[in-house]
Amino acid sequence: MIITIANTSASGIHAALVKARHSIGVASSMVFTMIVIADLRHYEKALAACQDAGREHPSRIILVVNGQETEDRLDAEIRLGEEVPGEVITLKFNGELAEHRDSVVLPLLLPDSPVVAWWPAGAPDKPGEDPLGKLAIRRITDAMGSSRPMAAIEHRARNYSPGDTDLTWTRLTPWRALLAAAVDSYPARIDEVRVEGAANNAGSMLLAAWLEDRLQVPVVRSEKGTGIGITNVTLKTTKGDISISREDGKMATFTAPGLPRRQVALRRRDVNALITEELRRLDVDDIFASAMSALVHQCERRNAARAAK
Amino acid sequence: MNDTSEFVNPLRDPQDRRLPRIAGPCALVLFGVTGDLARKKLMPAIYDLANRGLLPPGFGLIGFARRDWADQDFAKIVHDAVKERARTPFREEVWQQLLEGIRFVPGTFDDDASFETLKQTLHDLDEAQGTGGNHAFYLSIPPKAFDQVISMLKKHGLAQRDQENAWSRVVIEKPFGHDLASAQELERRVSSVFHSQSVFRIDHYLGKETVQNLLALRFANELFEPIWNRNYVDHVQITMAEDIGIGGRAGYYDGVGAARDVIQNHLLQLLALTAMEEPTSFEADQLRAEKKKVLAAANPPRDIAAHTARGQYLGGWAGGKQVPGYLEEEGINPKSQTETYAAIRVDIDNRRWAGVPFYLRSAKQMPRRVTEIALNLRRAPHLPFSLTDTEALGSNALVLRIQPDEGITLRFGAKVPATLMEIRDVTMDFAYGTSFAESSPEAYERLILDVLLGDPPLFPQHEEVELSWRILDPILNFWAEQDTQPEGYPAGSWGPAGGNAMLARDGFVWRRP
Repeated sequence: MIITIANTSASGIHAALVKARHSIGVASSMVFTMIVIADLRHYEKALAACQDAGREHPSRIILVVNGQETEDRLDAEIRLGEEVPGEVITLKFNGELAEHRDSVVLPLLLPDSPVVAWWPAGAPDKPGEDPLGKLAIRRITDAMGSSRPMAAIEHRARNYSPGDTDLTWTRLTPWRALLAAAVDSYPARIDEVRVEGAANNAGSMLLAAWLEDRLQVPVVRSEKGTGIGITNVTLKTTKGDISISREDGKMATFTAPGLPRRQVALRRRDVNALITEELRRLDVDDIFASAMSALVHQCERRNAARAAK
Repeated sequence: MNDTSEFVNPLRDPQDRRLPRIAGPCALVLFGVTGDLARKKLMPAIYDLANRGLLPPGFGLIGFARRDWADQDFAKIVHDAVKERARTPFREEVWQQLLEGIRFVPGTFDDDASFETLKQTLHDLDEAQGTGGNHAFYLSIPPKAFDQVISMLKKHGLAQRDQENAWSRVVIEKPFGHDLASAQELERRVSSVFHSQSVFRIDHYLGKETVQNLLALRFANELFEPIWNRNYVDHVQITMAEDIGIGGRAGYYDGVGAARDVIQNHLLQLLALTAMEEPTSFEADQLRAEKKKVLAAANPPRDIAAHTARGQYLGGWAGGKQVPGYLEEEGINPKSQTETYAAIRVDIDNRRWAGVPFYLRSAKQMPRRVTEIALNLRRAPHLPFSLTDTEALGSNALVLRIQPDEGITLRFGAKVPATLMEIRDVTMDFAYGTSFAESSPEAYERLILDVLLGDPPLFPQHEEVELSWRILDPILNFWAEQDTQPEGYPAGSWGPAGGNAMLARDGFVWRRP
């Protein structure tokens, strides 16, 4: 059912929720609250993403948007039992109330369970200091959702606080898994790494940072890739090159010294799969933190080199 | 290739929990590809693994069967099975990755030439796909063919106990023998070819996920352990009910029966996991040590006639469908005494469980498909209510639902609102499916991945199998000596009167799952 409540408050929404759950007769086994922060332009898209996420993650999803009216006013919409195991609550803030969104969200958090904040498109500069971000133990941003991905990921890296995560990192998992497995199978000292990606691909920048952080060897990054996303990673070892390349965003070719070249499926995943991975663990991701600080170092070096010129 | 055994992969870190372990290059040989299991479970599981990115770039899949097929015919079978049954969506590029390594070897289990072809095929695959001599053999075949295949693998040098830089592993399915003696004989033969840590026995009813869920519930919580003993638990019921008959499996089932088919492996494993002490760690051998201890303390009832029951389903209406009785099923000897319902009491003689009976039952043609472990607690020692207040109050129960819809139910008493004081049972339910986003991988996915990774299996090794037979053998012998027809029960009912009488003797009733 969809319940629309105009001009309400946190307790009004709460009462409506309890009533709705009684009439459907469902017990609640929701395990976390997800706050989704979008702007009005992206509202429809964000709602669809929330419903998708709600289908896979039985949770209370609170979609927060700002309206354009000047009157102080909160409108809410509750979606319950709409082929979604959890609840989707849309909150539209108007007027000065838009400055105090956390005052409404706080009473609506599920008791004693984790809170996740997600900015599907644009995100604040310091998610960890955002009033809504502060309510969450996990703050998910997406540099690739911003208009300048490279700048965005650098910005996130500089403002990193524990609990932050970016979907750019999540997208890298299959690449990282394949690279780690390759080194499992062909253990050899790696002397140099090359990462190639499409222009404006934040992923290749972060992957390069991770590799440099882990391997402590020079990583050369190029943006000349002609395909989609990351297009090639080559690990130069004493025995020859281990290389994974992918042009079409689906199928990769794997080569290692003394072996026939082989194909491996390496598909770009949709946002839902990424969110699923993010929600698997809700504690601080130390490896990500370390990769982000390596990224800052890389940027510093780049800036220093530019300044020298 | 592993010239530096102390090599530490710099890309891995224990903190990096996102990175899955991907199997190394290897090939899987499937015996019995024409069977139901291979098509319905194994092939889809292999695809699902590939789709989750857990199979290596070089992976070979070889089918072996008595069919006049070429590689592409077999590939077509796999393709169709995957499209129909896989858990994850079908993706062309994943299929292409698998397709590169699919081969077929036609032949019979007694034909030397076919095994030579298999050897050659594996060799070619090692070259073309880089599978590096790492081979797993999945024997999805009738138990009587085990011996033959294993000795052929040995004879043709396809599997060796000790190889450098390469491994061979074998997967076998239940039943692991039909009594203690035959289980020991099977073990002797298998261990002559494979190391015990290279033998993977699968109980396809009991996925690794389920085992881990159970362990997490018992040992990650403070709430349950204090009541997990004879002071609070009255009795335990472990049920596996199937809502189908034997279907087309007459050849397999007749002469085996419910006790050998399910109780020996599945229910006694569930019993062991429920009753064991806390292992020092979750390493496979520590876990096995605890399971072995508790199985060694478990005994069949002294009075077997009074505390076991067996039955055979009769024709009738089950769930709105008319079904034949067991003796009318196609391919069943009309005089068969094979039981399709088996219920036994097991007593565990240790400090924790002395005096707490464990009732195990397994049956076909039940009203509902369900597997569960129910710990029934004692009643409160004193109820400060009048008798009429608590008339509808049962005892508290903690029910671990294994399948379907894995979860936990807690039953306790609550006051009925707006009455003076009336107390009734209510339930609190937790389901993995609605509280967690991801669906659990199929038991087969986990198993195949464990085999390819060489992860020591949580599944029983031969000692546990033999201990289980030690519990079951006296009961099976007693039933055989009776030489009578098992008691009939209508298909679609909860079993014969004898099953209820068996619990009534101890003052209990079966719960309706």
